[in-house]
Amino acid sequence: MTTTPQALEHVRVCDFTGQLAGAGATRWLASFGAEVIRIEDPTNQGRWDILRGSPPFKDERRGIEFGSGFNNHNVNKLGITIDARTPAGRELVADLVSISDVVAENFAAGVLERMGFGYDRLRELQPSIVYVSNCGFGHTGPYRDFKSWGPIAQAVSGITHQSGLAGEAPAGWGYSYLDHTGGYYMAMAILMALLHRDRTGEGQWVDMSCTEAGAYLHGADALDHTVNGVALRGDDRPASNRSASPAMAPHGVYRCAGDDNWVAIACRDDHDWQRLSRAVVEADDPVAGELRAERFDTVAGRRTHEDDLDALLTRWCADRNRWDVEDDLQAAGVPAAAVRRPGERIDGDIATRDLWPMVDHPAMGGVRVDGQPVRFSVTDWSITDGGPTLGQDNHYVFGELLGRSASEIERLEDEGVI
Amino acid sequence: MTAGDPAAGSAALPVSIPTPAPVAGPGPLHGVRVIEIADPFCAFAGKLLGDAGADVILVEPPGGAEQRRHGPFVDVDVDVDVDVDGEPAAERAEHELSLAFWAENTSKRSVICDLETGPGRRFFRQLVTSADVLLEATEPGWLASLGIDHADLTGDPPGNPDLIHVAITPFGRRADGTPGRGDGHAVTDLTLLARGGPMWSCGYDDHELPPVRGRGEQGLRMAAHFAVMSTLTALLARPRHGGQFVDVSMVAAANVTTEFASYSWLAARETVQRQTGRHATARPTEPTQVRCADGRYLNTGVPPRTPGEFESLASWLTELGLDEEFPLFALLAMGSEYQRLTLQMIVEDPLAGEVFGAGREAMAFIASKLPAHEAFVGFQQRGIASGVVWSPDETLADPHFVERGFPVAVDQPQLGRAVVYPGAPIRFTASPMGINGPAPLLGEHTDAVRREVT
Repeated sequence: MTTTPQALEHVRVCDFTGQLAGAGATRWLASFGAEVIRIEDPTNQGRWDILRGSPPFKDERRGIEFGSGFNNHNVNKLGITIDARTPAGRELVADLVSISDVVAENFAAGVLERMGFGYDRLRELQPSIVYVSNCGFGHTGPYRDFKSWGPIAQAVSGITHQSGLAGEAPAGWGYSYLDHTGGYYMAMAILMALLHRDRTGEGQWVDMSCTEAGAYLHGADALDHTVNGVALRGDDRPASNRSASPAMAPHGVYRCAGDDNWVAIACRDDHDWQRLSRAVVEADDPVAGELRAERFDTVAGRRTHEDDLDALLTRWCADRNRWDVEDDLQAAGVPAAAVRRPGERIDGDIATRDLWPMVDHPAMGGVRVDGQPVRFSVTDWSITDGGPTLGQDNHYVFGELLGRSASEIERLEDEGVI
Repeated sequence: MTAGDPAAGSAALPVSIPTPAPVAGPGPLHGVRVIEIADPFCAFAGKLLGDAGADVILVEPPGGAEQRRHGPFVDVDVDVDVDVDGEPAAERAEHELSLAFWAENTSKRSVICDLETGPGRRFFRQLVTSADVLLEATEPGWLASLGIDHADLTGDPPGNPDLIHVAITPFGRRADGTPGRGDGHAVTDLTLLARGGPMWSCGYDDHELPPVRGRGEQGLRMAAHFAVMSTLTALLARPRHGGQFVDVSMVAAANVTTEFASYSWLAARETVQRQTGRHATARPTEPTQVRCADGRYLNTGVPPRTPGEFESLASWLTELGLDEEFPLFALLAMGSEYQRLTLQMIVEDPLAGEVFGAGREAMAFIASKLPAHEAFVGFQQRGIASGVVWSPDETLADPHFVERGFPVAVDQPQLGRAVVYPGAPIRFTASPMGINGPAPLLGEHTDAVRREVT
């Protein structure tokens, strides 16, 4: 696959994850060379992971091998099928667990236990196993049986509430931000537990809850309440395009010329502010004089009069091209960025030109996917293979890793076990 | 039920699956030492490593980390006459009362070390020689100009060849300090989220309103998460491959934390459009956010499709005495006649489509009649996904989070009392993660650490 040394080449993962909150975690491991073996259910065509057959589709081709989200989240993984309802299937799972370092899953709480593979059983099979479960609310507590997916976890953990304009309903996040982030925490959980195992020889169960990962992210706002008693809910909240911490103004998103075109502008301090007002003067704009009013000289003044300030900048941006605003302000040293559409950043931003590797997918052909936003000087990541087709690695895993003969594998196929 | 009481309306559910109770003891990164050059762009990554048990030593300039001057600040009269050598209280107040600093610097020790001076750099080299990880977010080229960049720190003795050097920068950089493409542009959390993609997907159905950034510096969090995953991965690889340099690009981290928006473009060249409180999509979808009787909102999740779900919605409406008020009750009741409503049925059979719509309307109707938390628990107890839109303080007070031990009390020396913090984001059972002490006072550990490394 690659000649670069692989950071996690010594790690094998028995992977029951799906969707993004789980699959995103093992995706990181797989892109650094871990052998991630994804188990799917042959009796329902792998459909417990709904992304397998979900749009968007490349070239309008539909079916369980064409879900582009599934492909994106499962690159570099091996794919096998096991019907764990059958005794022979459970034997295969047990054998795989016994040669794995990690068991990862993001079923609803208790599902793996009911399949016969609770932590006690896993530990029996492999005494130092690292078992990481990840569900919306964790395996204990009053909500442990509650159903969850990204938008629900975002709501209950406070993330949705914290995104919105003053006086409007919550805008929330227009995607499963907390599935991404829950996956990052799940990857950290696995890696940390492996480091603990390497140091002590001891495995463990890690009971991750996506909503706890979300509630960890609020920063100073949570303490503003617990220390100062500040109400985080109110008509003037969350006003999240503004910045109270750190205090910055102007700090907003302004409409530019054209259809749904916007630019984000932030002045970190008075120097940025002076640079911005100079840039406006150089542009010889009628608002320049008003921006130079004394009440805008300090950040405190600009925060106090932020509505007026925003109105002036809205006027200044209204007929301008968003790329010109970005260029002019960046040239002056002021943080500014046009709000980029997906195509504009993926195909148009030189800063991330190498971020999107092309993988080879057996059914979809060549597809570009998310890369990793990091570079390692010795053991860098590599993403080359698309998400596995259903059961594509059955022969390798059951034969080479678990020692089943060709005739045994054939029998398992005939009986519908794999 | 009062709006301020999240406990009301929740019901304890049986806990049948035993999880091993978390033990006290060192965290999973016990024994790992991290040197962090104080910077708002890497503070959160250092906190995560510290909360996981690493010995994180925060290197601050004599005037203190920039973040110490970020608000909000403690808003009460406090006696800042804490036990630190003879510094005037007014100055102490200036750099010891920032909640932004408290929030992102728990579980760290602080040393004053001026990298602009020779003695400071000698101390810094001693720190790095004793460490496993260097975490920093300095401007590309600055460390090289001081003679303390990657090659200087890892080369000939007393360099540390096993060092894992993690550099967070807006556009990436090389080990020798060469900046990545796009460098030179000033950035903040806001502009990273605009350039990196998340903001395009967030906002309202009404496109007269601007795209929205979520609060809490989530753009900085994205890079911090990748920095931590990278640190851990490099630590696991170190016994076989030695130390290395890790380059984390903040704008790239935002780009790959956009889910649907990116792969809709990559696979199908479709451009998603923002919608209120739900996924941005290429084709509009129905609202999923309802304003409840107490003014809070509920995310109504996925509408019912199975006979059981339709039946329980209908009987809940009846229990609440709302069945006659709900105009689509007859259609809703028909839901029990379908084995399972599939997307195909909804599209092809007009009646099935109306029944499906009645299920969605019934959820919105019930939610509008109840306080949000009561609606949330009621739907979930009937097996129907939904989520109350809590503010962060309401999450911390929610009985589920309390029972799991998520909010924790941390002794805060500036206040002489304990303060509630969000606790561990990951619940280990053998090597607990959690806050191992409040953010340090400026220079609190300079002498102790100097003794350890010289």
